[in-house]
Amino acid sequence: MTEVLFVLFAVVALGGAFGVVISRSPVASLLFMVATLASVAGIYVLFEAHFLAAIQVLVYAGAIMVLFLFVIMLLNLGHDYRADLKFGLWSLLAFVVVGLTAGVLAQGFMDVGDTGFREDGAAVAAALDEAAREQGVAGVIAEPLFTDYVVAFELMGLLLLVAIVAAVVLAKPRN
Amino acid sequence: MHEMNQLSTFWFWVAGAAKVIGVFTVVMLAVAYMTLAERRVSGFIQDRLGPNRVGPFGLLQPIADAVKNLIKEETMPGTSAKFYFVLGPMLAIMPAVVTFAVIPIAAPLPTPVGTVDMIVADVPIGILYILALSSLAVYGIVLSGWASNNKYAFLGGLRASAQMISYEVALGLSVIAVLLLAGNLTLTEMVWQQQQMKLWFVFPLSLAFIFFVISALAETNRLPFDMPEAESELITGYHTEYSAMKFSMFFIAEYSHVLTASALMATLFFGGWDIPVWTGDDMFWHEGALIRGFDEAGAPIAATPSVLITLLTLGAFSAKTAFFVLLYIWIRWTLPRFRYDQVMHLGWKVLLPAALGYIVLIAGTMLVLDQLGVPFGFRYGLILTGVSGVTTVAFLFFVDRDRVIGGAHGQGSVARIRARASASS
Repeated sequence: MTEVLFVLFAVVALGGAFGVVISRSPVASLLFMVATLASVAGIYVLFEAHFLAAIQVLVYAGAIMVLFLFVIMLLNLGHDYRADLKFGLWSLLAFVVVGLTAGVLAQGFMDVGDTGFREDGAAVAAALDEAAREQGVAGVIAEPLFTDYVVAFELMGLLLLVAIVAAVVLAKPRN
Repeated sequence: MHEMNQLSTFWFWVAGAAKVIGVFTVVMLAVAYMTLAERRVSGFIQDRLGPNRVGPFGLLQPIADAVKNLIKEETMPGTSAKFYFVLGPMLAIMPAVVTFAVIPIAAPLPTPVGTVDMIVADVPIGILYILALSSLAVYGIVLSGWASNNKYAFLGGLRASAQMISYEVALGLSVIAVLLLAGNLTLTEMVWQQQQMKLWFVFPLSLAFIFFVISALAETNRLPFDMPEAESELITGYHTEYSAMKFSMFFIAEYSHVLTASALMATLFFGGWDIPVWTGDDMFWHEGALIRGFDEAGAPIAATPSVLITLLTLGAFSAKTAFFVLLYIWIRWTLPRFRYDQVMHLGWKVLLPAALGYIVLIAGTMLVLDQLGVPFGFRYGLILTGVSGVTTVAFLFFVDRDRVIGGAHGQGSVARIRARASASS
């Protein structure tokens, strides 16, 4: 059952990712991306990472992609998009960037080893199960986030705040 | 007395399938009769009869409506984006019908094969599941508004996306106060905590309840927040171009959301299926056994589930949910619609900072109580009730600006406006 579901989610995730790139209409791209994000959330559930799955849907599919949709529709990109597509040098550049990224990812997977799993995977999973029983599903993530990684977490928040202030400054009418 | 044990895998599947079909059927029936209730109650409020011709008291009206919508002609605007136009209603109805799955509807039911939890899926993330899926509801509305290729529908869709994102923040923040007090995400445990405190969370978290009701109204696009389908401005907004069953699907989605939101208000703040005062219905799975509570020494006391208790608690849950559905209808036919900028102002400049401040206050009070060693229970709840009560009165006084709470004193502002108007003319 789990394997079947995993293959299903993986196919939808990859197919969706492919669809984002090849579809011509921005709205179609966006819906493909939502499908990909939802499938990744499904894979998280198969890993019993329920909290991560919920946050994935809530934040990415439910909020960020809705904002994307809002912007696409506000600019009415869906109806006359061909002028916005860039070809020539840009597509060459895109190929180079995608190729480099794929290379880096492939290198990363090579390092993991033949099985594709960490050797101490079972022990880590058992420890996580124990922690989830004691602290609840949210506690397992919240505990390290607000103790070990609190500085990185706060800096992240600060970065977002700076981005928001910058957006407001850029969007303010000049007079 | 039946054996009190957990289900075997086979019976778990059977019970699961039965619960899925049962809950889905009941939710759909409830939605059908909510449309009738809406029309009858609006008739009562406006001093007219409402639909009363089809069957006794108009009780067969929903069936007549369903048949009408099924056999009506489906219109398809020539210039619409066909694929998305059809996809829109599907995306709208999907999140609406699955969110009810994690709400516990009654005390566990004893059967010959084991004790069945009266909840479709007791997932560990509970409330987050509802928030995550209801955040997807906006896609259906926005896409159908855009795909209709109609300016009014499009404006409705844009308004919906802005409004639903805005109030999701306030809704989430009001739920955080409940999470702080319950210490867990699952709704079954929230009901249990309220039974243990012997106080429904609406008392210690009164302000969070007010925020939740307001944000839930905005999230379900109901008056006074129905900007996406404001008739006087946008015809009917995002579903202007839809007819027959596709239109009906938007309606089913809206009423399912109202039903889920009402059930959530009952569960988060009014004890869910808990029957007030009586402790015989307290039940919770604790380390593989169904318990009723803990004795003085902290040892668990075994609970005795029975069919009668399950039925009584189901009745309590239904009554509470029905009350909030009625409240929704009551509000719709009483209050006028907000202006769009007022909706945004309320969401971002009033509810968001107030809810954040309230979380800090509740967290601070709980920290002090924990430090003082006050055990989680009735006294704990009473102290929080006091703190919350003061905050709620202060908030209402600030927001209300003398109009309702001030009573006759508030009339002065109207008199001033009239005086100013007559002076200028």
